[in-house]
Amino acid sequence: MAIVEMQKLSICALKKNRKAILETLQHMGIMEMRMEDLENDPDLKEQDTQTARSKYEKRASAFEEALKILKRYSNDKSRMGLFYEKKEIRRSVLDEAVRNRHQYNVHVSDILSSERKIQECIGIIQKDENMKVELLPWEKLDVPMNMSGTRDTAVLIGTMPGTHSAEEVYAAASEKLGEAPAVYAEVVSAENDRTCLAVVCLSKEENLVEEALRSHGFSRPSQVVNGIPAEVSAGCDRDIGLQREKIKELKEQICSYASEKEYFRLMADYYTTRAEKYRLLGQIPQSENAFFLEGWLPADKADRVASLLTERYGAFVEREEKNPDEMEPTLLKNNRFSEAAEGVLADYGLPQHGKTDPTCIMSVFYVFFFGMMLSDAGYGIVIALLCLILRLKHKNPAPGIRRFLKLFFWCGISTIFWGFMYGGFFGDLIDVIAHTWMGVPSDQTVLKPLWFAPLNNPMRLLIWCMLFGIVHLYTGLGIKGWEMLKDHDLTGFISDIVSWYLFLTGLIFLLLPTDLFHSISGMVFDFPPAVHTAAKVCTIAGAVIILLMSGRSRNNWALRIALGAYGLYGVTGWLSDVLSYSRLLALGLATGVIASVVNMMGSMFGSGAVKVIIFIVVCLLGHTLNIAINTLGAYVHTNRLQYVEFFGKFYEAGGKPFVPFKAITKYTQIKEER
Amino acid sequence: MGMVFALMGAALATALPGIGSAWGVGMAGQAAAGVVSEDPDQFAKVMLLQLLPGTQGIYGLLVTFITLSNIGILGGSAVTDTATGMLYLFACLPIALVGLVSAYHQGRTSVASIGLVAKKPDQFGKAMLFPAMVETYAILALLISILAVQGI
Repeated sequence: MAIVEMQKLSICALKKNRKAILETLQHMGIMEMRMEDLENDPDLKEQDTQTARSKYEKRASAFEEALKILKRYSNDKSRMGLFYEKKEIRRSVLDEAVRNRHQYNVHVSDILSSERKIQECIGIIQKDENMKVELLPWEKLDVPMNMSGTRDTAVLIGTMPGTHSAEEVYAAASEKLGEAPAVYAEVVSAENDRTCLAVVCLSKEENLVEEALRSHGFSRPSQVVNGIPAEVSAGCDRDIGLQREKIKELKEQICSYASEKEYFRLMADYYTTRAEKYRLLGQIPQSENAFFLEGWLPADKADRVASLLTERYGAFVEREEKNPDEMEPTLLKNNRFSEAAEGVLADYGLPQHGKTDPTCIMSVFYVFFFGMMLSDAGYGIVIALLCLILRLKHKNPAPGIRRFLKLFFWCGISTIFWGFMYGGFFGDLIDVIAHTWMGVPSDQTVLKPLWFAPLNNPMRLLIWCMLFGIVHLYTGLGIKGWEMLKDHDLTGFISDIVSWYLFLTGLIFLLLPTDLFHSISGMVFDFPPAVHTAAKVCTIAGAVIILLMSGRSRNNWALRIALGAYGLYGVTGWLSDVLSYSRLLALGLATGVIASVVNMMGSMFGSGAVKVIIFIVVCLLGHTLNIAINTLGAYVHTNRLQYVEFFGKFYEAGGKPFVPFKAITKYTQIKEER
Repeated sequence: MGMVFALMGAALATALPGIGSAWGVGMAGQAAAGVVSEDPDQFAKVMLLQLLPGTQGIYGLLVTFITLSNIGILGGSAVTDTATGMLYLFACLPIALVGLVSAYHQGRTSVASIGLVAKKPDQFGKAMLFPAMVETYAILALLISILAVQGI
């Protein structure tokens, strides 16, 4: 219903109970710590806990890393998706695991070092593979690559650009020698515009030969390989096999820890929580023997916390008044229906203390408008069922997801309602089936709307949409008036709220019987003269109040009237706000007409069984697409009506969300045993 | 001749907003893909933002459909005189023109909002509102087009 009342507590206790008290508060998770008041006291110091904190953070991330590695090697397909559920763990199980934490730490460091070794092996394999690729053109060489020659001969092994035959190489090598040169040339391979060659010559002529070859672009291999290429290559193969074997063993070793995954998750959460405790510990001001804490918690829980801390730890707990410049954190509490819309409000911004929490009123309009925009009974059933199934399948989703599912379940129900009002069930699906297969004459409507079909009389629905809009906007204005009354601002209430009610209502009643309105809507209003007079009086009274009072903060009367006139000009704002509700009609029409297009396309082709199959396929695809796009549209524009039109009339966000000091968990949720 | 004008209106009502939507969704999709490459968790949010400029194409389709079922192509009776055909053409113009321009600009706003979500994922509610503002005018144009076509 409202914003939860908060109480500020200050706690003073002996330093030796420091960790125990913090742990208790962390388990309870109901207090937000604020240290601002105590920060600048010269007698108190904060303890440096950075070392301990980063130690635990490192541990936590080691467990996370180990879990990631385990997941990679054990073919675990489970994902941390949108609907990830934290596993409930009993406190005793956690305590047991914490006692064994040394063992888990050892296992995790084993996993991490195995992973490092695997990475090393992968590096070696990569190197071997590269070596093999490099040796591939040398495969036919039957002497070691690093051979320099025999006693009297020299061997030149290297590459030349371009593809050459042995004769060409021979000619190139013997260029600088005389007749009948003592040179033997062999081409090992010649491909990819590169020739791998080996040339044998006399040792004393080596320089001349090499020079001659170099002038043709000869160069020795950049990397010296020891041994015969084919053998080295085979050695690489053996090594790769060996490394693969090793990786397999290491992987098996890692996977042998898979059974401890649950505990690793538990420990990751445990260390994150502990790091959080040390973070707070580092902010706590302490004297030699005592320490001080300050924070906010829901007022109804203050007594319980105070007495618990006093009895168990002999702490001194005091209720504090809030500082004038301080703002309580905002925590919302609503009934089971309205809490679904808390997420929508939080997206805009939480209310401040002392203001109204509009969640409850907004949730009703939200569900109502959403249904009007989607307005198809079939689609409503799909959405409501989908939410219901997801909710039943996931017992314990994150609070945000749970609220979201609930909100859309109710929106689905509202959509069903409006669908039947407008006579839409997957568009005109029932009619199309009846006309095409049941032999019902095509001018006969099977599913009749409970109210009326929007396409037959869009003007009428437009008027209704604007009426709903006016109700919505009046409600917003009413909330603002209520806040002013709560602040005992009666002048403000009359000049800013009542005046507008009078002015606008009067205007509407003046407009309704005019010819202009009649020609637009086709509706005839015939008010008795008394109503007409009353409307006139209301309009004039409202306008006069606005004219005189809008600028009441100014003393200069000329300026005040000018501001008042500008205030009256605000009626254009109201006009555009009301017109904005025409989207209720437009989006409602969009859903219905597109659905009919789908049905029509499906029933156009083929005959007999083929026709039925085509119809089913087209309907499945088309309606799925239509549901998706129109649900998105309905969601976006319902939000907009709330945020811009409704909130624009009264709401100021700016509340700080309540962030209690609690266990930070990613995988588990501790179930207390009391 | 009336039929030609009427059909031209119907065709424009789908063609122009369709072009605009393709443009807008395309731009937003590029930005969305960029965000997902850095942070795959934002997929659902940025995809919703990408889809926002897609609605104009659907609004256009809607008007075309209503027009076609009035002018004897999917129902109703054929348009015989030029004046009526022109009426249909002009009735289709609001959604055709506004759809094109608003889809393009909604796409640009979506790109900016996707950038916002990438930096501050918790501000999704506000990020969604900016493109939705642009759409208002497409909805108004749609409404006028429908009322006009139905009224002829």
